[in-house]
Amino acid sequence: MDGDGLSAHRIPRDVIAANFADCAPALSHDEAQVAAARCYFCHDAPCIEACPTGIDIPLFIRGIATGNLKGAAQTILDANIFGGSCARVCPTEILCQRACVRTAQEEKPVAIGALQRHATDWLFAQKLQPYSRAPATSRRIAVVGAGPAGLACAHALARLGHSVTVFEAREKPGGLNEYGIAAYKLVDDFAQSEIAFILGLGGIAVEYGRSLGQNLALSALRQNFDAVFLGLGLAGANRLGLPGEDLPGVANAIDFIAALRQATDKSTLPIARQVVVVGGGNTAIDAATQARKLGAEEVSIVYRRGPEAMSATLEEQERAQVNGVTIRHWATPVALEAVAGQLAAVVFEHTRPDSAGRAVGNGERFVLPAQMLLKAIGQHFLPEPLATEGPRLEGGRIAVNKDGETSLPGVFAGGDCIAGPDLTVQAVENGKIAARAIHRHLGF
Amino acid sequence: MADLATTFAGIRSPNPFWLASAPPTDKEYNVVRAFRAGWGGAVWKTLGEDPPIVNTASRYGAVSFNGARIAGFSNIELITDRPLAVNLSEIKAVKRAWPDRALVVSLMVPCAEESWKRILGAVEDTGADGVELNFGCPHGMSERGMGSAVGQVPDYVEMVVRWCKQATRMPVIVKLTPNITDILAPARAARRGGADAVSLINTVQSITGVDLDLMAPMPVVDGQGTHGGYCGPAVKPIALCMVAGIARDSECASLPISGIGGIATWRDAAEFIALGAGTVQVCTAAMHRGFRIVTDMIDGLANWMDRAGYRRIEDFRGRAVRNFVHWEDLNLNYRTVAHIDQDLCIRCGLCHIACEDTAHQAIAARRANGRRQYEVIAAECVGCNLCAHACPVEDCISMVPVPTGRPRLTWKQHPNNPERREAAE
Repeated sequence: MDGDGLSAHRIPRDVIAANFADCAPALSHDEAQVAAARCYFCHDAPCIEACPTGIDIPLFIRGIATGNLKGAAQTILDANIFGGSCARVCPTEILCQRACVRTAQEEKPVAIGALQRHATDWLFAQKLQPYSRAPATSRRIAVVGAGPAGLACAHALARLGHSVTVFEAREKPGGLNEYGIAAYKLVDDFAQSEIAFILGLGGIAVEYGRSLGQNLALSALRQNFDAVFLGLGLAGANRLGLPGEDLPGVANAIDFIAALRQATDKSTLPIARQVVVVGGGNTAIDAATQARKLGAEEVSIVYRRGPEAMSATLEEQERAQVNGVTIRHWATPVALEAVAGQLAAVVFEHTRPDSAGRAVGNGERFVLPAQMLLKAIGQHFLPEPLATEGPRLEGGRIAVNKDGETSLPGVFAGGDCIAGPDLTVQAVENGKIAARAIHRHLGF
Repeated sequence: MADLATTFAGIRSPNPFWLASAPPTDKEYNVVRAFRAGWGGAVWKTLGEDPPIVNTASRYGAVSFNGARIAGFSNIELITDRPLAVNLSEIKAVKRAWPDRALVVSLMVPCAEESWKRILGAVEDTGADGVELNFGCPHGMSERGMGSAVGQVPDYVEMVVRWCKQATRMPVIVKLTPNITDILAPARAARRGGADAVSLINTVQSITGVDLDLMAPMPVVDGQGTHGGYCGPAVKPIALCMVAGIARDSECASLPISGIGGIATWRDAAEFIALGAGTVQVCTAAMHRGFRIVTDMIDGLANWMDRAGYRRIEDFRGRAVRNFVHWEDLNLNYRTVAHIDQDLCIRCGLCHIACEDTAHQAIAARRANGRRQYEVIAAECVGCNLCAHACPVEDCISMVPVPTGRPRLTWKQHPNNPERREAAE
């Protein structure tokens, strides 16, 4: 083992297992009752408007309060079939819970996310399947990507009686729910059990290892199916553009996060003593926090602007900080230093806002020793797999109208590959809207 | 510091807070703990004739409301299930050890003069300060011709009180049942019989709920239920109304009243006293949280009296009675209009939907720059108060008096009243 480089088993396996336990454990019955009793059952409730999928939050909370958990769960799932994972991964602090009138009243919102989990967990534990399919229509729809957008679209279409085939490049469904979310937010393989529930409806076939541009072509899908939904992710990770970026020890944060999610024994994952994460979003937080939980001794997030400009929510920033991560603002990496062919340090330059508000270097430098650098400076959409036959792009992503239809007739798109917030809940809404539009497009 | 000492029907206590006749006062152990905690008095759980009655399991039902436990409480327990001699010797011991506290003994025996005479003599020997005739218990004993079965027949009330007054020198308090159409009938009967005071209310006949699995009313005893007596915070409004009704009644005037029913705080007590009660009796609140609640009751009442400028209980006792009038005496020319403090408003919309769906369509729901805004339409507002009650924010909605320029006008004088009595006539 290399004490200065990357090493697995830095801390005992059981400690690592405990570190990765559910970060927000389920509410007990009593806790749920107390939390539900705080909901005022608002008229024209602001929380509903703040939810991208428009869940009737006061109604489902009333269901919890009255002991109608099945009704509560179905209210949630009717609007958002991924209501179980959204309850766990949604940044509720900037969505429903920020809009909650209790936030205005006492800065303590109703625990909407936790209550949503309470209701959906109950339904899943009962192994209830509340949905059934309409009579078969003989229409076939291709969905590319088994992430939240694609599966939300597929589920809605299958309910309407259509036959759906989902093409997924990876070996498992779930998209970012399976590969891109911190392990402590979706424990016990929840992403997969939720998808098993969604696919349990019937009418949805999934083909794994099918990748656009490799063994799948949009033109063929358009020929062989009545409609196509593209639920593609962002395949390109942004690069720093510094010499040495491919040194051992330098990695994309999303790959680090994916490896963590897939590892059955996290103590086998190599981690450095000193880790630097560059970026200001939730990916940076997830990578840095999990690096600490794996046993890294010093973990820093370095962001080129101030805390208010970070796209990670304040709650997520605090999560990193209470886990021992140091967040450094107003600095940008300018050089990578290696020792014996392995990353040894990252050189940063302090930044400050210029007159236009951009962060620019001021010439002063500092060095952070690091044997591991995780880059979390964003991802971008890779249009190449769609080839020249692809739909029109706008701002680097697929352009769609309000129904999610692209410039190609019968081809719809949603999720991270179109403009909008990169959130699971937003992807679900995209899939839901597109499914309705596809249904109309098919003449229903 | 305000002086809370009271003299009620000749019975002195250091404060007006008594424990009502109920499980908390069933034996020496409990009553001593209560006196140690500071209670001014206790009414010993009802004594009856031997052999003692038998109780069931379970005995209590409760209503929770929106997370609050025991908003209402119900019991199917009967009077004491211990031998009379045991109770009497304990009462004697407690009174000897705590001479400054009021110790009243609740009684319930068959409706025969001999029975009452016998037990009164026995109680007198204990040195107790007085007796309370239990004419209120609405379950179990009433089916045996006691409790509310007596309290519901004014002639019986008067007769038994008369027997008791002839048989004892002790003050006689009559505990009234609310399970009756007009509380004045038994109250006046008690007075005619010579009662020294009344206490009310006893519990209200109730079923606290239905167990939908067992299909049985609660509380459930081996798969079946029976009606119980309802008490706790939920019954306070009923009790206040009955207390006030007696307090303003000219036939009952000056009859001391011990207020009972949902009293859990000093404020509850102050309200009963303002409506004429001379002492208050507490049970459910103590059964929910223990005897030490009396600390804040004593302290809170004294602090409020100091703030309000009342030196003794008598200074404010009955002060609200004169304002408890009949509907026909209310001023119909008085107008208020709801006012929403937009800075305090949290945009929950409850005022709007309450008014829109169930009242007068007097609160508009608007959007100002995307922000919800709820505005009173003054011309439509009848001043009913519903919005202010629905609003979850303290003081956000206030009912603002609007000068009408019109003189006070009651229904008695109103032109729409076919039976109006013109002042001039």
